[in-house]
Amino acid sequence: MESPFGTAVRGFRESGPRIVRLDPLLLVATVALLFCSIYTLYTATGDDVEGSPLFYVIRQSIYAVVGIGLMLAIARFDYSRLRELKLGIYGVMIATIFLVFVVGAAARGSQRWIELPFFRFQPSELGKLLLIVALSAFLIDRLRRGSERETTSRIMLLAIVPAMLVVVQPDLGSAMVYLVIAVTILFMAGTRWTHFAALGGIAVLAMSLVLVAAPAAGVELLKPYQVDRLTAFLDRTDNPREQGYQLNQSITAIGSGEKTGRGPEAASQTKLDFLPEHHTDFVFSVVGEQFGFAGAAFVLSLFALLIWRGLRIMTMSKNLYGTLIAAGITAMLMFQVFINVGMTIGIMPITGIPLPLMSYGGSSVIVTLLGIGLLQSIHVHARELAAAKTAL
Amino acid sequence: MYRDSDRAQVTPQLAIRVAVIGGIALAMFAVIFFRLWYLQVLSGDRHLADANDNRVREIKVNAPRGEIVDRNGRVLVDNRPGLALKVTPDKLPEDEAERGQLYARLAEVLGTKDSIIRRRVRDQLKLLPFSTATVKQDVDSQVVQYVLENQEKLPGITIERVFLRSYPHKQTGAHLFGTVGEVNEEQLEDERYRGVTQGDRVGQSGVEYSYDRFLRGRNGANRLQVDALGTLEGELARREPVQGRKLRLTVDLDVQDAGQKALAGTKGAFVVMDVRSGEIRALGSSPSFDPNIFAKVIRESDFKRLSAKENGEPLANRAISGLYPTGSTFKLITSVAALEGGLITPDTIQVDGGSITVGGITFKNAQDAVHGAIALRRALEVSSDVFFYKLGLEANGQGDGEQIQRWASRLGIGKPTGIDLPGESEGLVPTPDWRNDLFKKKLTDRAWSVGDNINLSVGQGDLQANPLQLASAYAAVANGGFTVRPHLGKRIEDSDGRVLQEFEQQARKKLGIKAQNRQAILEGLRLAASGGDGTSTDVFKGFPVPIAGKTGTAERGIGRPDQSWYVALAPYPDPRYVVAVTDEAGGFGAASAAPKARQILAALYDVEGDTAQPGKSRTN
Repeated sequence: MESPFGTAVRGFRESGPRIVRLDPLLLVATVALLFCSIYTLYTATGDDVEGSPLFYVIRQSIYAVVGIGLMLAIARFDYSRLRELKLGIYGVMIATIFLVFVVGAAARGSQRWIELPFFRFQPSELGKLLLIVALSAFLIDRLRRGSERETTSRIMLLAIVPAMLVVVQPDLGSAMVYLVIAVTILFMAGTRWTHFAALGGIAVLAMSLVLVAAPAAGVELLKPYQVDRLTAFLDRTDNPREQGYQLNQSITAIGSGEKTGRGPEAASQTKLDFLPEHHTDFVFSVVGEQFGFAGAAFVLSLFALLIWRGLRIMTMSKNLYGTLIAAGITAMLMFQVFINVGMTIGIMPITGIPLPLMSYGGSSVIVTLLGIGLLQSIHVHARELAAAKTAL
Repeated sequence: MYRDSDRAQVTPQLAIRVAVIGGIALAMFAVIFFRLWYLQVLSGDRHLADANDNRVREIKVNAPRGEIVDRNGRVLVDNRPGLALKVTPDKLPEDEAERGQLYARLAEVLGTKDSIIRRRVRDQLKLLPFSTATVKQDVDSQVVQYVLENQEKLPGITIERVFLRSYPHKQTGAHLFGTVGEVNEEQLEDERYRGVTQGDRVGQSGVEYSYDRFLRGRNGANRLQVDALGTLEGELARREPVQGRKLRLTVDLDVQDAGQKALAGTKGAFVVMDVRSGEIRALGSSPSFDPNIFAKVIRESDFKRLSAKENGEPLANRAISGLYPTGSTFKLITSVAALEGGLITPDTIQVDGGSITVGGITFKNAQDAVHGAIALRRALEVSSDVFFYKLGLEANGQGDGEQIQRWASRLGIGKPTGIDLPGESEGLVPTPDWRNDLFKKKLTDRAWSVGDNINLSVGQGDLQANPLQLASAYAAVANGGFTVRPHLGKRIEDSDGRVLQEFEQQARKKLGIKAQNRQAILEGLRLAASGGDGTSTDVFKGFPVPIAGKTGTAERGIGRPDQSWYVALAPYPDPRYVVAVTDEAGGFGAASAAPKARQILAALYDVEGDTAQPGKSRTN
């Protein structure tokens, strides 16, 4: 009765393709964002690789196609079976992140990738998803025994271990995502409010230790460029040529788009390379410059749709495990959208977090699609159970 | 906490927690939307302007300066294309060592030090980061050849055409035109240089300075699109430079040339002026210099040589900045003061016994001459000193005793004439107050005495005036008693010769000299140049134009030669021109300055084949 597709859809139910039980709006938002990404890359990166104007477009398309294939495959797969594999999943996550230190390719002072034959694999990206799946499973197991306080601290510890590992890479952005994931899962599992107050207190303490106390004592826990990037948004005029430069150029790009944008040809900030990293971290600035407030609002609406569907799937999951996974994925998307977009418009620090589905990059695109595949799987299996109950 | 089982229904607790996350999402999107609205809709135009500023670089194209021509349109100053050696910063080698080698190679070719080149480039680029820096203004063809043939060894080094000032008549008129040089920091803040930007060359002296506003033209610009690395992406727009306006001077090149030739080899100056309008027909100083060396950056050694005292300070314009006692040429002023002050009438007879003694000091005529009973005309003809000593003595005792000083000042002695040239000197007319003040401050050994006034009456003593002031004083008497403002600028024209602005002569001030007094003085001056005993009669013998004029011989201290002066008015009886000449070491007025004045007058009146002989008069 709740299917928007009416009887026609119900007719398929007997023949059993689970594809019809996918969340259609989630699918629409996903595919639309991928199209937006590819179109933006097409307009913005034509001159970036000499002799190969479609370099990024072709690669991003391949990642999208592969990712959608994997997403559909996962949607058919019952996520509940991942619960038993939690130890293995957590182990794989830690191992791949470790692997980066062994064979990782250095890039701009960061060591985040493992070179594969076809693309650079970034374990910290996949780690986000593995952490959600493993952490949710650990949490459900803990629900039946032990004190709540112990559960909270153990779960946080399980998230802090990989977070510390990626901070050293250094990939501060992913580490922050890990912590957000852990907090959200704890929150959705019904952890007491007092625990969050305590966690918040610890976070403030840790931050002041890292940013203020430790440097004062002569211990540099963060590299200077990381501190600069984190604090540049607070005072943009401070150093316009260094950290503030990216931010200023991004704000100029977005602002110059005005209501309807300058169009791909006249978008000088992007076209003349004033906007750094315009195919990855600052892809939203390109949208803002080329298509203005209208274009930016359109892309944001698609993300809003994505997040709304995520929230909805949290409430309809057939079990708590699904709810926690959906919460983790939704929080991951929300956080990354907010931090990335916030960074391009100067209200958040520059942390190198990609915009999900929009930023160019195989690891990010495919992992995001895997996550959405898990959301779809939760949706599909909830609908299946509901259908079974109705049939009874 | 929840249980994993029986999750068919949404519990209220779960709903609250989902709502909290949903609320956070809502708040997050609201913040982003408001910020986007602010950036793109409310302040979008400002960011759009920033984005355009980002991509556009303006490269200045210097405008050639306007031509300067004489009253007949003959070119005095124009431009010649020169080749400048420039550095394009973003094409220079990145590597510090490579760049050092490049500068070293360049230094060798140009015959300078690489540290000098390095500093010059750095200083210019600091001020204009995306422009090119000039290493040398005007390089010779050998250097150009080398740079062009070795382009791959000299990355970032280019040869560019620039406009340099050219002075085809070299030494003639050098002091009038002045020099052009790079604008300095002080000038950049000055209102009169509005629109001038760093690196522009502006007039630094002479009429190049006075009329810089018209001569400088408007720079052109190339608006270029560049990317984030400053690489050229194409030209957006081009504004052609507009050459400065043409300045027509009142000067006559032939007269100027004659004056310069007449004074060649001496230290002196000359002024030829229209007595009614104040138009300068010629004005020059000797020794002169070739202003072409200022067209490019002048060498320190050249500048020192041209300012050195032992070389006669060629850069100094003696006609407006020299300060001298004027000798007997000052008798014109004493005459006016005595007549107008009622000390004498034109026919008052005084006895010249060869000397007078005042306060134990004896003042004598030159060569111990005795002229007997004479009136003003005769006194001027023979240049009787005693006649004027007596006037000085009487003036000192009449009223406040400053009759002569007052008239000297009215006639323009001891104060700037207001000519359109920078660097004019003020001069000095000695007064009792002036000397007594100095004495009180113990800067001189005695107070004012009548002897000072007696000396002043014949243009000796502490009097200091420049040739232009003297010419102006004669002009005022010659034109019927009006002060004139000497000027060189006649008008501004566009390139087709259309008049854009005529420099109107300023309202003249009437001095109120009685006609019969003026008449008597002019007659006296005429006699001096044509009478039987005239001091310069022999000099102007045979000259086709009737001349009135006064010799002067100024004593400049023991052991130094006398300074020779002559001021001529032509044609008598209704003078149109005044010619003032001085030769710092020329001796008697008739011996040097007078024949030089004749040479100049010959050019002024186009007298062909005229020769000037030194006169024999030995008067002051």
